Formats: sequence, structure tokens, C-alpha cells
Amino acid sequence: MPGPSSVRFSDMIATLSRKKKNRLPQVLEHASGDKRFKILEVHIKKHQFKQDALIEVLHKAQELFGYLEDDLLLFIAYRLKLPTSRVYGVATFYHFFTLKPKGRHTCVVCMGTACYVKGADKVLAAVENKAGIKAGETTPDGELSLLTARCIGTCGIAPAVVYDGTVTPRQTPETALEHVKGWIKHGH
Amino acid sequence: MDIEDLVEIAEKERASRKKHVIRCCLAAGCMASDSKGVKEALDKAVQEAGLQDQVEVRGVGCMKLCCQGPLVQVDTHESGATVQVGDDNQGPLYLKVTPESAPSLIATLTGGQTSLQRGNPKAPFFTEQAPIVLANSGIVDPERIESYIAAEGYQALHDVLREMTPKEVVDTMIASGLRGRGGAGYPTGLKWATVAKTPSQQKYIICNGDEGDPGAFMDRSVLESDPHCVLEGMAIAAYAVGANQGFIYVRAEYPLAISRLQTAIKQAKKLGLLGSGIFESPFTFNIDLRIGAGAFVCGEETALMASVEGLRGSPRPRPPFPAESGLWSWPTLINNVETFANVAPIMRKGAEWFASIGTEKCKGTKVFALAGKITNTGLIEVPMGTPLRKIVEVLGGGAPDGGRIKAVQTGGPSGGCIAAEELDTPVDYDSLAKLGSIMGSGGMIVMDEATQMVDVARFFMEFCMDESCGKCVPCRTGTVQMHSLLKKILAREATARDLQKLEELCDMVRHTSLCGLGQTAPNPILSTLRFFRNEYTALLKDDVHNGRNKNHPAPEPAPAPAAGPATGS
Repeated sequence: MPGPSSVRFSDMIATLSRKKKNRLPQVLEHASGDKRFKILEVHIKKHQFKQDALIEVLHKAQELFGYLEDDLLLFIAYRLKLPTSRVYGVATFYHFFTLKPKGRHTCVVCMGTACYVKGADKVLAAVENKAGIKAGETTPDGELSLLTARCIGTCGIAPAVVYDGTVTPRQTPETALEHVKGWIKHGH
Repeated sequence: MDIEDLVEIAEKERASRKKHVIRCCLAAGCMASDSKGVKEALDKAVQEAGLQDQVEVRGVGCMKLCCQGPLVQVDTHESGATVQVGDDNQGPLYLKVTPESAPSLIATLTGGQTSLQRGNPKAPFFTEQAPIVLANSGIVDPERIESYIAAEGYQALHDVLREMTPKEVVDTMIASGLRGRGGAGYPTGLKWATVAKTPSQQKYIICNGDEGDPGAFMDRSVLESDPHCVLEGMAIAAYAVGANQGFIYVRAEYPLAISRLQTAIKQAKKLGLLGSGIFESPFTFNIDLRIGAGAFVCGEETALMASVEGLRGSPRPRPPFPAESGLWSWPTLINNVETFANVAPIMRKGAEWFASIGTEKCKGTKVFALAGKITNTGLIEVPMGTPLRKIVEVLGGGAPDGGRIKAVQTGGPSGGCIAAEELDTPVDYDSLAKLGSIMGSGGMIVMDEATQMVDVARFFMEFCMDESCGKCVPCRTGTVQMHSLLKKILAREATARDLQKLEELCDMVRHTSLCGLGQTAPNPILSTLRFFRNEYTALLKDDVHNGRNKNHPAPEPAPAPAAGPATGS
């Protein structure tokens, strides 16, 4: 619910923005320049600018932009009249939101219990080794992001790996390497 | 919409049934093995064989035996028969169907042969189940409301709205003895009664679908396979407690469940089964979806409500309980997906029927997700009180390749490992608590001899450490310390004193944490210590200070009070 403090806070941002010349204009410039901001704004409007829709709005923003950069968070805070600290706090609290750009391809290794006892750790280690990155990182050429998931709920086909959004059942280190082979250029 | 309209839809749907109904599993497990491609190929093969008038290819929800997917089952009924799809005369069940084999599968309807692997629908895995929540799963089309209505859907809502007072509904729930399926096992009827009697101009209903336990996929399957059953249960609950707005909180990791729920809500609104004046009564009820964003702690009810409000998912102390002061401080009824899915069957068949199933203290059935080192992985629903051994050995088919089962893990990171010697324990809330584990939402992971229990404890502790929201100190720092002690033990650098420290820490964290996450975080350690203490002591190195040797792991002279993990939570 919009507490009195949050209203004051957003006023402060507006004031700050007016004082610091390049802050608010930057947001508005984005809003006019990039079509995706327009789509996001329509989405915010659909939620009637309700502050409790913050998580829904962040979901949409990440869907549109791939990740949540600072400008984007400022824009959302401004549109929902929320303190930036609150938007940043929520965005960093939940694992699903990422503040860094993702690679062109993603490989998500499920590390749920069922996958773990069936050797998901070995699958992950094989890919980490091959790509030369750790889970949660992206290769320097921006081709592959290697991620882990808590549990994607397909325990019946463990161990499961999600390649670019496609859940693939019963993976082994060999099949996983076969899948990501084309995405790794600087592997060693 | 009135009852005549409802009956008309059901009859029309039943009358339009064709001679052969080919059910193709379209739940997330089989979808991962291209069951969507299988369904399209089947549709195409039916077209090519010119059998459109006789054959319906129906995309259905989970058919339970996930390890053999994609699953396809063929039902054949003589025209004019009134039996339901999926009734006793279940036809052949095909396993691991591929799009390429679809034409040969269709050819079997006209006397052809197929090389596809056949499953046995009369196997104990299927016959030993007692589906209530999953009764429609794998039978109705989750994307068509007509299919659910044909399976007597929304009739319970009609009867409740037109013939019962809210108090009668609450009394029925109390009489049924249903306990919350989210894990804690609080009697559902009592919870409803508390919300119902709290005077307020605004009340909310929340369906907790934030199935965060790794290794659990019951709620996902229910939402994907039978979303209308959950909507109907929520509407009945809303009428009973006097709420007019509901929220379903689903994990973002379940995109299919989200889209099926969206479809279901849209269809229900269109037919006037949600919205204002449902079944021409003064009752109004709307449901909105809220998508989680990957935080295990949001399964805790106060954290979940914070998340619905668009805040960080931090829990808060209880009391006040949500029933008195919940979402935006209004009284809120919050139940698990499976709990709501039980409501419509109870209303339809009566509290006595439900109370006749299960044990004295735990009524009804429970859905479990069987996974890990077991032959038949998938979804099962058995009466409460079924011995663990029956679940694992008869339904699950034991360990694959002749392996030996070492332990069964229940309840996810909040639960514990039950050793193979204890497999004769009946599965209900109280028996599992006695063993230092919990029922949890129903994940059941089978582990064999290859699994090292200390590593399992470390795995869960790492999980709790990452997922701790950081609000209270015992959980935030305690989990980190416990994790580092476990790592030290695994690196063979720990001494008996470290083990003692670990046990003390477990005791401290479980008694002083704010919410369920911290209070139950030590459970995996305590339960593995209880049954597999030798695995811990075998990893200890000599303690130079008191001359203890790892080969002589005598217990500590003054064991920590936490050494008795049997207290249960």
C-alpha cells in the first residue's frame, strides 16, 4: 500500500532529477526512444499503476529487455511512484531477476534434489570445465550463460537441463557437452 | 449460468465423445520429451487415416508415470455407452512414444501392429493408487472447461452456493478432517472457521502454489492437469469465509502451469463461474494470478503475502496469523494447491466419504512426487497411512538395476532422511515427525548406496543458506556456519568437537529462527545424524586435544542437548 513515506520518497526523486540535469531527462529520453519502454508503460497502465504490481512489472521488463539495468529500474520506480531503494531491493531479492545481461544462449542445469542425486553436479562440472566459466557466469564473448535452477519440477526425468528454454531429459556429461559444443568458442 | 446450462454443457460434451479417445500426456515432464510433437503427429495420422469421425486425440494432464514419457493411452468405447473416458476398461498404454511412431499407433485401431513399448495399466503403480486430487489428471483436457464440467465439475460449487450456508460449508470441512497439504498439517476446517468468524468488510483467499521444495512437483502437476478443480475449491472456500477476491501464487519456473491457469480463469469468467452473481446467487468472486520470482522463503505464508503485495518476501512474526491480519492487513485464508483441490470432491461426495479414507488422525489421500534412484519415477496418490515400504517397493518398483535403497528423503530442505530400516513407517504427519522428518508438500526422493548422506546434508544446507531471506540472525548466520562445518567435515578436516558444535548450532537455529525456513533448516542434518552418524564420524580426523581417533568414535562425554533429534517439529 502506498504509505506516506513512499510518496515523499518519489517526490524526492523527482526533485533530485530536476536538480541533477542528466537524471530525469535520461529516463524520459529512454521512454521516447525505445519502443520497449512504451510496451512496458502499457503493461504498467494495465495494472493501473498499482504499486503492488511491482513484481509483475519487473517480470515484464525482464521479458522485454532480457535483464534489468539501472535505468530501467529508475524508470519503473518513477512510473510506479516508488522509492528506487524499494525497486532495487525487490529486484535483487528474487533470484529470477538478473541485473546483468545474459549470453546469447542459456544453459540451465537443474540442481534440485532428484537431479542432484542422479548426477547433475557432474553435468554442471563438465560444462563449467568446457566453457571455462562457473555457474552464474557468462562467457566473455557473450555466447553462453551457464545457470543453475533450484528445481524445475520435472524430477521424473532427472537430471534435466534447459537449453535455451527447452527442457531436455536424462542428461549426462557427454550429452550436455554435445549440446553446448556449438555455443562455446573459447572453451579449453 | 444456472444448473441447466451446466448440465447441458456436460451432456453435450459427453455426447460428442468419439469411439476412440487417444489421451496424450501434455504435462511438463512429457513435454520435455516432445509430447507436443507426438500429439501433432497423432492428429496428422488420424487425418491421413481418415478416422476423424471415430478418433479424438486429447491432450491431457499428467498420466503419472513420468519416467516413461511421453505417455499415450487409447480408450475405446462402444457408441452409446455412458462410461466416462478413463473408466475401468482402460485400453493399451504406450510408453516413450515418438512423433515418428504415431502412424503405427493409429494403425492399431484398424488392426495394425506397432513396435511401441506397451505399459501395463494394471501394474501396482496404477492400481494401488487412490486418486481424489488426481482423479481428473490424465483424463480431462486441462485447456477446455467443458471437459472438466463433463467430469461433474462446478456442480459442487452450484450446490454449495444454492443449497448451503457458509457455516454448513465450514462444518463439512471440519467433519471431513482434511489437514493442510502444504506440510504443516493444520486442520483446514478450523482455519476456515477462524477466517469466517473474523468480522471484516474485506477478506482474501490465497492459493499457495509456490512449490519451492526441490524434488517436489505435485502442485505443478495439479495446476497443469486440472486447474479448474483448484479454481472451484477456491470459490467454495471464498463463499465459506466471505471473501470476494482470490490470488493464486505460482512459481515463475512453471510457465505451463501459469498459462493453463490463465486459460482456465478466462474460460471460467466467460461462463460466469467466476465474477459477479455466480449461479445467479449474490456471491461474487474473482481470481488473479501472481507470479513468484524464485524465492524459496515465499512458500512461508507471511513471506508469500509480502510478495503478493509486491515487496521483498520477508516473513514476519506470527501472531497475528493471516486468518486475522493477512494481505494488506485484512483477514486472509491461505491454503496449498492440493488442499484446495480436495475441496470440490469433499463437497460432492460428502465429509463422511472423505473421513473414511486414511488414518484416524489424517484423513484422505496424499499426492507424492516419487523421484531419485527408483524404478518408477512419477506422481502417486495414496491413502494416508500407507507404509513407506509399499510406496517405494510396490508402487515405485524399488531401486533400479538391483540397487539397494539406503534412505528416503521427504519434505525437501525442511524435511529429513528416513533410513531404509524405518520403511515400515506409515506415511502421515505425525509418524514422519516422530522420525525427525516432515511430510512437507510431498516430495519423496529415494537414495541408494551411492549417495553419501553428509553430502546430502550439505546440499540442503547450501540451499537453505542461499534461500535465507536474511531477516533474522540465527537463520542468516547459522546456516552459513552449519554449511561451513559440513564442508569441513567433508574435507576430512573436522574433529569431534566440530561435530558437537554443529549439533549445538542445529539446536540453536531451530529454536530461535523467525520462520519455518530457519526452524526446519537443521532437519536434514539432525535426521542424517540420527540414522547415519557413522558416516559423519568416519570423516572426522584425530582430535589432538583429547586424543580421540576416528577409528574409535566414542560419543562425546557430555553430548549436546541437540543430540536427541527425535523431538520433531
